[in-house]
Amino acid sequence: MKKLIISIALIAVACWLGGSWALAKQQSAQDKVTIVGSTALQPLAEAVVNDYQHYHPYTSIIVQGGGSGTGLSQVQEGAVNIGSADIFADQQDGIDAHKLNDNIVAVSGIAPVVNEQLGIKNLTMVQLRQIFTGQIRNWKEVGGPDLPITVINRAHGSGTRVAFEQSVLKPGMHAINAQEQDSNGTVKEIVHNTPGAISYIAFAYLNDQVQAVNIDGVAATAENVTTNKWKLWSYEHMYTQKQPSKATAKFIKYMQSKKVQKSLVNAARYISIHDMKVEKTPDGKVTERK
Amino acid sequence: MRPERIDRLATIIILTLTGMVGLILLALLAYLLLSGLPHISWHFLTSSAESFKSGGGIRDQLFNSLYLVVLTLLVSIPLALCAAIYLSEYAPDNRWTSFLRLAIEVLSSLPSVVIGLFGYLIFVLQWGLDFSLLAGALSLTILNLPILTRACEDALRQVPYLQRQAGLGLGMSKWHVTTKIVLPAALPGIITGAILSAGRIFGEAAALIYTAGQSSPAISYTDWNPFSPTSFLNPLRPAETLAVHIWKVNSEGLVPDARAVSNGSVAVLILTILIFNLLARYIGYLIKRRLVK
Amino acid sequence: MENLRHRLTRPSVESKQEFSGKIVSYVAIILIGGLVGTILVFLTLKGIALFTGNHYSLWQFLVGRNWSPSQHLFGALPMIATSFSVTVLSGIVALPLALVVAIAITEILPSTTYKFFQPVIELLVGIPSVVYGYVGLTVIVPFLRRFFGGTGFGILAATCVLFLMILPTMTSMTIDSFKAVPKQYRNASAGLGATRWQTISRVIIPSARSGILTAMVFGMARAFGEALAVQMVIGNTTVMPTGLMHSAATLTSVLTTGIGNTVMGTISNNALWSLALILLVMSLAFNLLMRLVSRKGAK
Repeated sequence: MKKLIISIALIAVACWLGGSWALAKQQSAQDKVTIVGSTALQPLAEAVVNDYQHYHPYTSIIVQGGGSGTGLSQVQEGAVNIGSADIFADQQDGIDAHKLNDNIVAVSGIAPVVNEQLGIKNLTMVQLRQIFTGQIRNWKEVGGPDLPITVINRAHGSGTRVAFEQSVLKPGMHAINAQEQDSNGTVKEIVHNTPGAISYIAFAYLNDQVQAVNIDGVAATAENVTTNKWKLWSYEHMYTQKQPSKATAKFIKYMQSKKVQKSLVNAARYISIHDMKVEKTPDGKVTERK
Repeated sequence: MRPERIDRLATIIILTLTGMVGLILLALLAYLLLSGLPHISWHFLTSSAESFKSGGGIRDQLFNSLYLVVLTLLVSIPLALCAAIYLSEYAPDNRWTSFLRLAIEVLSSLPSVVIGLFGYLIFVLQWGLDFSLLAGALSLTILNLPILTRACEDALRQVPYLQRQAGLGLGMSKWHVTTKIVLPAALPGIITGAILSAGRIFGEAAALIYTAGQSSPAISYTDWNPFSPTSFLNPLRPAETLAVHIWKVNSEGLVPDARAVSNGSVAVLILTILIFNLLARYIGYLIKRRLVK
Repeated sequence: MENLRHRLTRPSVESKQEFSGKIVSYVAIILIGGLVGTILVFLTLKGIALFTGNHYSLWQFLVGRNWSPSQHLFGALPMIATSFSVTVLSGIVALPLALVVAIAITEILPSTTYKFFQPVIELLVGIPSVVYGYVGLTVIVPFLRRFFGGTGFGILAATCVLFLMILPTMTSMTIDSFKAVPKQYRNASAGLGATRWQTISRVIIPSARSGILTAMVFGMARAFGEALAVQMVIGNTTVMPTGLMHSAATLTSVLTTGIGNTVMGTISNNALWSLALILLVMSLAFNLLMRLVSRKGAK
């Protein structure tokens, strides 16, 4: 009796699996797009994908984090369709930028943040540079309370750090050996909890836990980024191989469309690529946009 | 000082320190539960996560965690059980066996980051599984095998030798004795071990970030076809588990209520492990009672 | 006759079963052994690429004090030193407490306490390390800052978090080793007129010694390999550890922060794999130590 029940159950499972397999084979093959890379860009990419799949249910798009370096190396090897990065491929060790197509999908402002109890609301670019190279070590030197400065840097090689150092440090300068954290969220948490802490995070992560600092009297707003009055910003890229698949190209086109840029990109507090009045080259030169 | 006084003094010191440790551990649990419980609601458990709006839930993450545990146990229980049978019934007491034991123990002390990276390079890239539940389950199997093998072996060894001799005396083969006499007797121990190890893999994050992935594409709970890419049963889809979700929300979460989501998830996670625990005890108790009859 | 002989000598159903059963269990054990072997070989190959492929000197790697990937300097000594100090410190703090709790539960308190205590331990073991890290960041770090000044981040904070993480495991293993001490020992000691403390300190602890040491080494191995929790509270500064309140970086924290930002095959990536290899070698060493300890105890 027991044996009978077990064999019936086994046959049922086999039928179910076999039947479903046959069914799945009949379905038209889905286009598959895999996006891997920047963890900071992941929430935005996920939201856009969700939206996109309403219109294109037969394209399956998978978004994964893993870091900009991972994204770029995987797309170079052809293991994924899109490698998202918050860094130019030219700036990444071990990547041949000529073999990849660069698609800029959003602009991210970067703001220096300090612990909100410091009362520091403005710093000059020179002061900021001196803080991050270790020449200024106490807040009283910049008009704050008598409190040592705790610098929290971003992980080496992270896109935010590269963009920050490109705009703030002079060529050949090295940031002081300080605490390093690799994610916006953790940095925000640490700056919020540590008196005298300073770091920098993407605009999207700004909230009332931390105090964003003006530089030379310019406020960290999206508008100032579009005109380069606010100099700390970087592109969010989606790199593809030279000949991307049709579905990949279609998705990127959608991502760059005015509609998505206006709604989702802005909602995630990134800056629309269509609003930009300037453009930046990999080596940091900013020119008027034609 | 007289020994009696030393004894009393020692007892007092021991009990005070124990009380302190107990208090710290209980306070930790209470802190996590109290800060999380207010955020748990039916909505939180049954809606999907949001990317940058507040009010997201953890439905998919919770399901993924449970499904991943099931998949992992499906792979690891047969392996661990067979290995344990070998070790307890067949293995000769020689260098080769003790080397094998060493190998299994080495597995148990491997940092989970290293296992995650290994899984990433082998399962995800080399075998082409992509970021998927299956790749995650295989990595967790590596993590789970040593504990489970140990638990199974202990359970098998605890069966009295007399029972085996009785079977062998009747002319049964060793394998027959093992599967028909020893295994049923050891079943409560094995099941308890399996469920307890499930608790540990339920909370694992570091090994999964690079294998099962950090995102959950939309899945449908009405599609029972495990080969369809959107089905919730498909083992080849990427899946973010609850523990990974906690990590992600804390590190790169854009949602304004990140704190609440993370606290709520932690409380759900602890409660689930508690349920596992009670379940393990209850099932062990049930089987024991049936065997005694 | 020939037929009878054949019937008598052909393998019986039982021996056929025995054969296939043996095969199954052999295959499982070989699979596991193969898995361990693959992991070891694989990580070794990846880990030595820095020295064989990029020709970075092994000596420089092990004793260099400067870890600066942008300048292609990969001195891992600060991380090795920090990993060690954090691990040893948390082990030293956790061991006596685990011991004390185990004594109380097995020898002094009624057995119902154990029934209550065991599920609590299981729960604590299952909590993801991120959560421990977060508790460290929001509770322990501010607490340390108030008492010792500075930023609060650093080796002491990491020690506290790791201590919390390994204490449950170590306690439950110590309890197991106490429970393994035969009841006769206790009775004999009591019969000689020894007090409870005398029994505990002269009889039980010595006979459970190897189990206690195993618990300690096991806990330390876990602390050594922990990544996410430590990373959040230690501060991740790749400098030689100079004080308990100074921020530092462990092997695992550098590994996890860096791996996503480097490209496979570059020198910075290979250096990270070399860190993983050190981790592996160290956990092997911990394991051998553990076996050595338990073998000595068994004698």
